[in-house]
Amino acid sequence: MTQQLTLSRSAVPPAREARLAGDLAIWFFILAELLAFGLFFAAYAFARSGDVEGFSLQQAALDRDSGAINTVLLLTSSYFVVRAVQAAAADRGTVSARWLLGAIGCGAGFVIVKLGEYVSAYAAGISLSSSTFHMFYLSLTLFHFMHVLLGLVILVALWNNARKGRYGSAELHGIETGAAYWHMIDLVWLVLFPLVYVMR
Amino acid sequence: MHTHGTPQRATLIWLFLLAATALAWGLGEGGAAGPAVFALLFGLALVKGALILLDYMALRHAPPLWRALTLGWLVAVIALIALAYWRGLTS
Repeated sequence: MTQQLTLSRSAVPPAREARLAGDLAIWFFILAELLAFGLFFAAYAFARSGDVEGFSLQQAALDRDSGAINTVLLLTSSYFVVRAVQAAAADRGTVSARWLLGAIGCGAGFVIVKLGEYVSAYAAGISLSSSTFHMFYLSLTLFHFMHVLLGLVILVALWNNARKGRYGSAELHGIETGAAYWHMIDLVWLVLFPLVYVMR
Repeated sequence: MHTHGTPQRATLIWLFLLAATALAWGLGEGGAAGPAVFALLFGLALVKGALILLDYMALRHAPPLWRALTLGWLVAVIALIALAYWRGLTS
């Protein structure tokens, strides 16, 4: 009887422990990044409050379509990364690699759309010194763009590892760490888009 | 597997995020303005951000301190933006 009790108790899965997905260091890095973006966003919002009309006028000329397309691309890439992590956790390495490739494709799409936006801004003679709005628009989006580029390098590294079967239910640390960073880039864009492109 | 939820949940969240983005884009294209639009826009941003943090970044199953720090960031940033928006309305 006692033995049976012990057996049945051990058959119960262990209580789910609180666990941070990914390396602790990346989470401190993410916090620092969030803080930097947060200050930037607040600076934009308060600068705008001193010149609402000027900001609204310049903002109206922004290409909201490309901003929205880029939001869709980032959200979709984040979704693909989640599926990649879930596939790795289910020990399906090749499936995981395929999801990561999709995420890389979306990230690359973001880069292309953003570059197109910069090219047309350059053609329209818009620069950092055009207006306070443009100074913020260009530096904020460029700061974010740099993060997308770094994130893409990380995704390619994850894909390379996944395709070589390095991730699985017993080895999720690396893919979780990279995934957390990529989602952070998506997260800050979700504030940046309404703030800079839509808010009036 | 628990930490990262189910594919079904991830897909539902993705569809919600896309729908919310379409709505925000529509507001921008329609030239909608004013405090009610602002509240809707950033209310949506808050929900979207929380879903990314809790589900996609798996903070739902993380130690409470990390959840508090990241969600706190989101709330604080949107509160600051709201404060600045209000200041712009009254100045």
